Amino acid sequence: MTFKVIVKGKASGKILKTDTPINFLGAVDKKTGVIHDEKHDLAGRSIKNSILVFPYGVGSSVGAYTIYSLKSNKSAPLAMICAKADLSVASGCALANIPMVIATELEKLENGKEVTLDTESDRLIVFHE
Amino acid sequence: MELTKEEESALKGEHGETMETAYRILVAIGEATNAEKLVPIKWAHLSGVNYNTIGDAGEEFLSKLSQDARVKVMTTLNPMGFDFDSVSKYNLDKNFIEKQQSIKQSYEKMGVIPSFSCIPYEIFDLPEKGTQVSFAESNAAIYANSVAHLKTNKESAFSALASALTGKTPYSDLRINDSPNLTIKMKIDEPNELAFGMLGYFAGKIADNSVAISGVSEMNKRSCKSLCGGMGTSGRCGKFFLGEGTADAEKIDFGKKEMQNIYDELNTSDRGDIITLGSPQLGLEEMADLSSMLKGRSFSKRCMVFCPRVVQEQARKIGYANEIERAGCEILSDCCTCLTPLVDKNEIDSVTTNSIKGAYYLKNSNGVDVNLKPLSQIIQDETK
Repeated sequence: MTFKVIVKGKASGKILKTDTPINFLGAVDKKTGVIHDEKHDLAGRSIKNSILVFPYGVGSSVGAYTIYSLKSNKSAPLAMICAKADLSVASGCALANIPMVIATELEKLENGKEVTLDTESDRLIVFHE
Repeated sequence: MELTKEEESALKGEHGETMETAYRILVAIGEATNAEKLVPIKWAHLSGVNYNTIGDAGEEFLSKLSQDARVKVMTTLNPMGFDFDSVSKYNLDKNFIEKQQSIKQSYEKMGVIPSFSCIPYEIFDLPEKGTQVSFAESNAAIYANSVAHLKTNKESAFSALASALTGKTPYSDLRINDSPNLTIKMKIDEPNELAFGMLGYFAGKIADNSVAISGVSEMNKRSCKSLCGGMGTSGRCGKFFLGEGTADAEKIDFGKKEMQNIYDELNTSDRGDIITLGSPQLGLEEMADLSSMLKGRSFSKRCMVFCPRVVQEQARKIGYANEIERAGCEILSDCCTCLTPLVDKNEIDSVTTNSIKGAYYLKNSNGVDVNLKPLSQIIQDETK
């Protein structure tokens, strides 16, 4: 895997992964972190305290505020790993101090696996058994 | 990304917390878009104004930020949740009104022009061609790039805010290279604004940063804004060119089948309890148009017309506003169809509109059904 660090930081937690882009303004409850868009494959799941792995963010420019609100409400993911960068997710994570990286080969990141992401370490992602 | 010494020290916090935050955002989006440097901008347009969308966390953030933050360049604002002139007529809770007032004051304190409009390109003088700007409102970014020949990426609420506070933006993506790798051929005969809105929505779904649209020789203002609104809603595309595009670009048709699919996705009702016009807000030209279409006719149900404050004032002087109100419409400023709490699903089941952008947000955020029709059809069906 290769990585590009967008927002620095360190976090350990369980991977929550989707192959569907996320519309933060339209699909995520900013108080609880629950995805309430019934058409999304994470519908009903909470992104709170996860290492969130998804292709990229879509939708309104105000989605950046949703990410900030999640952090303020203690319902944000611990870190985000995306295939492509978009300005709303990058700027939302920057303001909320949520570590964020762009990575290749996302298929190596499996749902439910425990990992540590550390943008200052040589091994950016460490998998826990 | 290379930073100057000055920018580097701001990022380290040597110019205070606000500048540190602003530069942290600029560096993140610079890294995300592979920018090599920051460049100056002349104008920022901010989203993140409506309490409905930014909530308590957003309101508190802006209140704290405004204690010392001041914008460095001309900065304008998107619509908020309602029109203070008429809010007492609606059943809106006190907390919403107070929080919205606080957000308005925070932006004013930072030196932002309280324009509350999603069509800044129609109500402010445009800078010269090629000028770098930072527009967060998607329809405005697309219009700025495609029609007004300005340069902006499809900014986020925070990237545009960071640009307003620093006067800078990462030099990347559409600011450098805007050549489209996709050409969409418009195959609908005599398209109205609804068809152009659906074309935009279709293009937004499949295009990357930029798209060429062939088969269109001209569009009126209403159709052009509808195209920009639709395109901004569905994807990441921030610019269109009218023309054939490059020879090696991928070619895709937008015909009756493609249009029907979009219509079926967004049209969820065969009638509306009320009508909304605007999203994007109506400019003076469209107010003139509407007033002449309504001569001698009256709506049989509620019709909300959204336009910027300055457009309403001009329309009142010229007489368009009186004619539109005589026909039974409510004219609202400072807010828009999109994401306004004035359209409440506890009171309204469905809305008739000609806006593709409006349709998407009415359904997905307000939770009401949508009946899509072009303006000419709305007037024919709903007025006497």
